[in-house]
Parts: sequence; C-alpha cells; structure tokens
Amino acid sequence: MYPIVEKRVLASNIKSVKVLAPEIAEKAQAGQFVIVRVDEKGERIPLTLVDWNRSEGTISLIFLEVGVSTRKLGKLERGEAILDVAGPLGCPSEIRNYGTVCVVGGGVGIAAAYPIARALKESGNKVISIIGARTAGLLILEEEMGKVSDELYISTDDGTKGYKGFVSDVLKMLILKGYNFNLVYAIGPAVMMRAVAETTRPYKIKTIASLNSIMVDGMGMCGACRVTVGGKTKFACVDGPEFDAHQVDFGELIKRQMFFLPEEKLALEKWESRECCK
Amino acid sequence: MSAAERKIQKKSVSMPKQNPEVRIRNFNEVALGYNEEQALAEAERCLQCKNAPCIKGCPVEIDIPVFIKLIRERNFEAAIKKIKEKNSLPAICGRVCPQEEQCQKYCTLGKVGDPVSIGRLERFVADWERERGFNIPEIPASTGKAVAVIGSGPAGLTVAADLAKLGHKVVVFEALHLPGGVLMYGIPEFRLPKVIVQAEVDYIRKLGVEIRLNHLIGRTYTIPELLKRGFNAVFIGTGAGLPQFLNVPGENLSGIYSANEFLIRVNLMKAYMFPEYDTPIKVGRRVAVIGAGNVAMDAARSALRLGAEQVYIVYRRSREEMPARKEEIENAEEEGVQFCFLAAPVRFIGDDRGWVKQMECIRMELGPPDESGRRRPMPVKDSGFIVDADTVIIAIGRTPNPIIQCTTEGLAVTQWGTIVTDENGKTNIEGVYAGGDIVTGEATVISAMGAGKRAARAIHEYLTGKA
Ligand SMILES: Cc1cc2nc3c(=O)[nH]c(=O)nc-3n(C[C@H](O)[C@H](O)[C@H](O)COP(=O)(O)OP(=O)(O)OC[C@H]3O[C@@H](n4cnc5c(N)ncnc54)[C@H](O)[C@@H]3O)c2cc1C
Ligand SMILES: Cc1cc2nc3c(=O)[nH]c(=O)nc-3n(C[C@H](O)[C@H](O)[C@H](O)COP(=O)(O)OP(=O)(O)OC[C@H]3O[C@@H](n4cnc5c(N)ncnc54)[C@H](O)[C@@H]3O)c2cc1C
Ligand code: SF4
Ligand code: SF4
Ligand code: FES
Repeated sequence: MYPIVEKRVLASNIKSVKVLAPEIAEKAQAGQFVIVRVDEKGERIPLTLVDWNRSEGTISLIFLEVGVSTRKLGKLERGEAILDVAGPLGCPSEIRNYGTVCVVGGGVGIAAAYPIARALKESGNKVISIIGARTAGLLILEEEMGKVSDELYISTDDGTKGYKGFVSDVLKMLILKGYNFNLVYAIGPAVMMRAVAETTRPYKIKTIASLNSIMVDGMGMCGACRVTVGGKTKFACVDGPEFDAHQVDFGELIKRQMFFLPEEKLALEKWESRECCK
Repeated sequence: MSAAERKIQKKSVSMPKQNPEVRIRNFNEVALGYNEEQALAEAERCLQCKNAPCIKGCPVEIDIPVFIKLIRERNFEAAIKKIKEKNSLPAICGRVCPQEEQCQKYCTLGKVGDPVSIGRLERFVADWERERGFNIPEIPASTGKAVAVIGSGPAGLTVAADLAKLGHKVVVFEALHLPGGVLMYGIPEFRLPKVIVQAEVDYIRKLGVEIRLNHLIGRTYTIPELLKRGFNAVFIGTGAGLPQFLNVPGENLSGIYSANEFLIRVNLMKAYMFPEYDTPIKVGRRVAVIGAGNVAMDAARSALRLGAEQVYIVYRRSREEMPARKEEIENAEEEGVQFCFLAAPVRFIGDDRGWVKQMECIRMELGPPDESGRRRPMPVKDSGFIVDADTVIIAIGRTPNPIIQCTTEGLAVTQWGTIVTDENGKTNIEGVYAGGDIVTGEATVISAMGAGKRAARAIHEYLTGKA
C-alpha cells in the first residue's frame, strides 16, 4: 500500500497527490513514470513522476480525471492509500547542456514537462517554456514552470489567458522571431505533439515527444504500447516514452489510443451509477 | 499370453471434464480431476517397474513408483510428501506439465496401451493436501545469509522455497502486482485456477519467504545495488516475456494483440469480468490466432469464451508439427476452434478507423527438416489469399525479458538475450545465479523448477562455503 500524504485540486478535474514511496523517490529521474493500480479491481495506468523528495520518500503525481481509473484515484483522500505503485519505469530523459531549449507542455502534459524543464535548467540550459490549455481554468503549474524557465509563454484555445491559439502557434511565432532552439521538447495530447513536430520539421530542430500510448504492464511484456518510430515498432514503456518526434507515426498512435473508447465509456457509466448509490 | 500380462489394464481411467458446450461459456477449470476411486483405479495400473523408466522422464526426478504405491495404500499424506521432496508445486505440474513428452513418455505401460496417468495422480494428491491445508515443514535456525530472488515464476518460487527450508532469509522481488509469473498472468483460469497458484504462493510465504511486489529490478534496484544492500547472493528468474511480432505491414492496427497482452488482460487483470473489473478486452466476431503452441491454444480458447463466433488457429506448418500439448489441442477442437494449416500472414488490412478487418496470407509447403528437426515451411509462389478477421492474436513466441541484462554491467548474455550460466545456474558474476526461461528461452514450468532446484543447491553451497 502506498499512502497519500497530501492532495490538492489544481483545476476542476486535475488533481495532484503526494504519495509515500521511498524506493521510487530514491531512484526517480526526469522523464520516468510509474504504473498505478488504485484498488483490487483496478486497471494498471501509467502516470508521470512529476516531482519527488528523496529525504521525505515521497513522489508527486498529477492527473486529469478522464475515466474510471483516474476518477477512482481522484476520490482517494489524504490518509488513504493506493494499492500498487510500480516504478520508476521508462528511460530517463537525456539531460545535458544543449544550449537553448524550448519545452512545450499542453494540458495535463505540463505536469510531465515540468521535471524535464527543471532538470534542463539545472544543467545550465536556457529554458524557454510554452504552456497551454483549452481555457484559463485548466492551466496548471504556471508558477512552478515560471521558476524553472528563463522565459514562460502561455496560450489558451479560447484566449482566456495568454495568447489565443495553440502552443504550437506560439512556438512558430518564437521561431519566426529568431529564437535559435537547439532542442524542443513536446509533451501533451498526441495531436498537440504532432503539431509541434510539424512546426519544427521545416527548420530541422531536433524535437522530442513523450508518448502516451495505452499501456498494460508498462514493463515490456505485452506490446500494448507499441508505436511506429522511423518505420520500426518500438515499445513506448521500455524503449521510451521519449522518441524523436519527427520519426513518430502520430496518426497510428491516435488511432490506437481510441481502440477501447466504447468500453471505457461503458465502464465509466457503470462506475458512476454504482457511486451514486452509495 | 501369460497371467501377469492379462491383468494389465490397457486403458487409463479417463478424467471427467466440463462439457464443451457449457465450458465455452465460463472460465472455470475444464478438467475436473480424479476422485478417490478413480485415482485408486489408475494407481492400480502401475507395474511398479524395478528400473522405473518414468523417473528419467521427469526433469525433477520424482520417485514416481513410490508415490503411486502410497496412493494405492491410500496413504495420500505420505504420497504428497514423497512428491514434495522433489517438486514444491505439484498441483500446478500435475495440471500443466507436458506429461506425454516427459514422465509418461517413458512409462512401460505405454508400450502396450495408455501410459499411467502420472500427472493426474500427482494432481489428485496435491489437491487432496491443499483441501486439508498444507503442512509447513520445520525451518532450521537462520543461517544469517540473505538471498534476493528476482521474478516469482516457477523458477524463482522454487529457489525461494528450497533456500528458505535451509534457513536462509529470502526476499523475492516481483515486477507485477501479483506473484506467480506466467502461472498467474499467462495460463488461463480454465486450465490452471488462480486459487491454486495463490495457495502455492501462500505456502512459500509461510516458509518465511518475503515477496515484494511492484519491484522491477533494473529500475527500482539494480543487481549490484542488491548485493550492496546486504544480499549475499542473487537469483535471476525473470522469464521470457518479451512478445515477438511478425514484422509485416499493418501489424500495429487496433485489434491486433500479442498473446501476452491478450492473456495479461484476461488473466492478470481479469478482463473477462469487465466492467466489474476495470480493464477492458475487446474480441470481435472472427478471431485469428497466429501460431500453434500452448500460448496460441490458450489465447484461442479464451477468445471463444469471451464471445467470438469463430476462432481460427493459423499455422505455417501442418497438424503434426504443432508444438502445443495434445490434450490442449483436443480440448480446443472440442470447443470449436478451427485450424488453418500451412498458411502465414504477410499483411494486415485495416478500415478507416485503423482497426484490422482482413489479413492476407500465403500458402506454405514443407521442405526438408530445419535445426529443430521439424520440416521447414517454405512459401508457395503467388498463393496469396484474403481472410476476414476483426481480431488477431499473435502467438509466435516470446524472448527473454531484457531489462536485467541491460542494467547489469558485465553479465554474460548470448546473442538471443538469454543469460549464460553453467549447469548449476552460476553466471559469470560472483554470487549471481539464473535459471528458467531467462536462461533457456521459453520452455516449461517443470524445467524452470528443475533449474531452480539446481541453482538453490549451488547457492546453498556458495553461502555455506562448500562451493
Ligand atoms: C508514460 C505515460 C505517462 C502519463 N502521464 C500522465 C500524467 O502524468 N497525468 C495524466 O493525467 N495522465 C497521464 N498519462 C495518461 C493516463 O495514463 C491516462 O489518462 C489514464 O490511463 C486514463 O485512465 P482512465 O481509466 O481514467 O481513463 P480511460 O477510461 O481508460 O480512458 C479515458 C480516455 O483516455 C484515453 N486513454 C486511456 N489510456 C490512455 C493512456 N495510457 N494515455 C493516454 N490516453 C489514454 C482514452 O483513449 C480515453 O479517451 C500518461 C500516459 C503515459 C503512457
Ligand atoms: C500462455 C502460456 C501457456 C503456457 N503453458 C504451459 C504449459 O501448459 N505447460 C508448461 O510446462 N509450460 C507452459 N508455458 C511455459 C511456462 O509457463 C514457462 O516456461 C515458465 O513459466 C517459465 O518460468 P520462469 O520462472 O522462468 O519465468 P516466468 O514464469 O516468466 O516468471 C518470470 C517472472 O519474473 C518477473 N520479472 C521479469 N522481469 C523482472 C524484473 N526485472 N524484476 C522483477 N521481476 C521481473 C515477471 O513479471 C514474472 O512474474 C506457458 C507459457 C505461456 C505464456
Ligand atoms: S512433475 Fe511433471 S514430469 Fe515430473 S512426474 Fe510430475 S507430471 Fe511428470
Ligand atoms: S514406468 Fe509406468 S508402470 Fe512403470 S513404474 Fe513408472 S509409472 Fe509405473
Ligand atoms: S505496456 Fe506492455 S509492453 Fe509496454
């Protein structure tokens, strides 16, 4: 059991939990994730390691409530515990001094972008961050991102905060303004990462995406997470989750993410009807 | 014909099974096991051969005639004790050992009729004991030595049990959230009920073994770290869990699963009880399973139970070469699984949502035998044909889990990714041993246990300074 020692609500359906998991905290590195199973009947879901405190032995996770598993997790309060947390999983980000780096985070992907931006900053990079959300109320970690970035840009789809438009539009604007990025990181919904990749492709700026394919074990044993990168099949959980965004077949990723949609909807309806009987 | 020969019962006592029409609608165990009367009748058939050829067919050398004699005497307690001297997981082996290739293949009776059903008798006494609660043997005083076992499949569990019984402290590190390895995540409930695996695991816990779940070694800790943290020896039993794919176009379409994904969803995550359990599984009307081993049979039979209308096994060789156990092929056929031999997929075709709807196959013919002794399949020119399938399960084999090999500097590994050991499981790193599928490539439960036994002996000698 992995007790929750702190819980915060960041936006209407985005929550953050601090979990006691000393062995994972000890090893966590930027770019890695854990697999969480909330309860006995639960699914195994991947969540990024957003932060960790080695002396306290805690890890922080931030999640968007989209289906049964994330809603069940969102119901847990301080003092309650998650049944299973395994990790740290996946290959850590390759952190070194690249020069000027642009970190682009979209939606809940900002949570996953944060530790990477921080690590890049700590290794001496000039970090320009662009974060965006559908609307101002859904924007998370603005303050934290600001602290680890030399410059921070914000966009919302509806223009309620920062630039009106997508994060990829802001990126394009910065490139046109003459910023010379040595590396771009894109983390967020697959469509957003694809848009970022298409933005940087004509300029041949190396771009890395952190892929969020559907996972089951997260340890290389099932192949559910397979993605096509440079024409070859890779397992996002053990070969990634980070890959060269210009080589990723995003169309395939997006289609594969939707495969269980009707089942996920059914599960959510069943769960909600059970929950309201309580 | 002499009097002695006339008494020989040529036919073995058949084991009751669930009726096929009923069982394809549930996940309960298919083979129901002998009752006492049936077990006694089957035990009666054994000739008690002096040279006991059956023993040499058993990878852990169970004293087969003696345990059968004890069953005849209705001394079931002594019979199971006899088995457990060599095999700590008899309820499992009695169910899933390929007996026809092992102990029973060498049985003297097999020359004149059916061999003695050794596996079924083993299962009978193991079940008899479990229903009454296990006897926990006395554990000697602690030796003060600690061993880390990586992986809780049959190899790891065997090492853990044997070393705990010798007084060593044993901690098993398992990456998944449940112990048992393939027994838990791969082999379906209808062939090996999970309560049996759990009971065996509980027994091992009662021997004093600590099992720590959710620990992926190589990530949570590395092997050098385990050695630094006070473990005097390490055993690697991480198995062969990396699924292989065909590497043909369209293989990443939705609806195409590796057998491992399919079976992990169904068994480990209990997707057959979705939506009561949260993990979904989706099975279409026409399911094609590629491959013809035990894993393919398990996937095909699971797909039927999940509501598929038609399930095909597509195999590039012919019926004779199928590697699955005969008994399981028969069960699959009884249940309505169909077979398409001498065919291999070359391409998968999807619809506009990216879901598989058809596959293109080519015909194969068998050429001269290859290294494995089986006739090599060769493509027939211009023989392409289209098969409808809205779900495809790829069951063409699994290779060693690579994480340990990548994170343990200096560990000797073969070109196939298996770990190099001597006959006792010793690797090239002092104090580090390995066994099971991670050393041999995918094999059997009993061979993994045999490797575990030998490694436990070697580790004990190493720890007590006798090696
Ligand atoms: C390496 C990795 C790291 C991740 N980190 C985070 C994180 O830090 N915070 C966070 O909120 N989410 C993260 N995700 C996504 C998260 O795992 C999914 O949101 C979660 O599994 C959904 O489970 P559910 O039961 O609540 O929803 P479901 O009912 O399973 O799904 C609801 C919706 O989410 C989509 N979905 C399902 N599984 C995934 C998945 N694995 N990835 C993306 N979309 C999915 C479905 O297509 C569907 O539209 C990460 C995914 C990966 C692969
Ligand atoms: C579907 C299926 C059906 C089968 N049917 C039969 C049958 O009928 N009869 C038969 O004899 N054999 C059968 N087999 C083969 C048999 O199950 C295997 O040969 C046997 O389980 C191998 O045992 P093992 O202990 O080496 O590894 P496994 O059983 O594979 O166990 C390895 C364990 O190690 C864990 N692990 C892996 N990496 C790490 C790590 N880095 N850190 C921590 N833990 C880790 C895994 O999660 C797993 O639990 C079948 C296999 C499958 C997949
Ligand atoms: S363990 Fe397997 S091979 Fe050995 S006697 Fe039992 S069934 Fe036969
Ligand atoms: S070979 Fe067959 S008949 Fe002879 S002892 Fe063994 S089981 Fe009995
Ligand atoms: S999630 Fe199973 S292999 Fe990646």
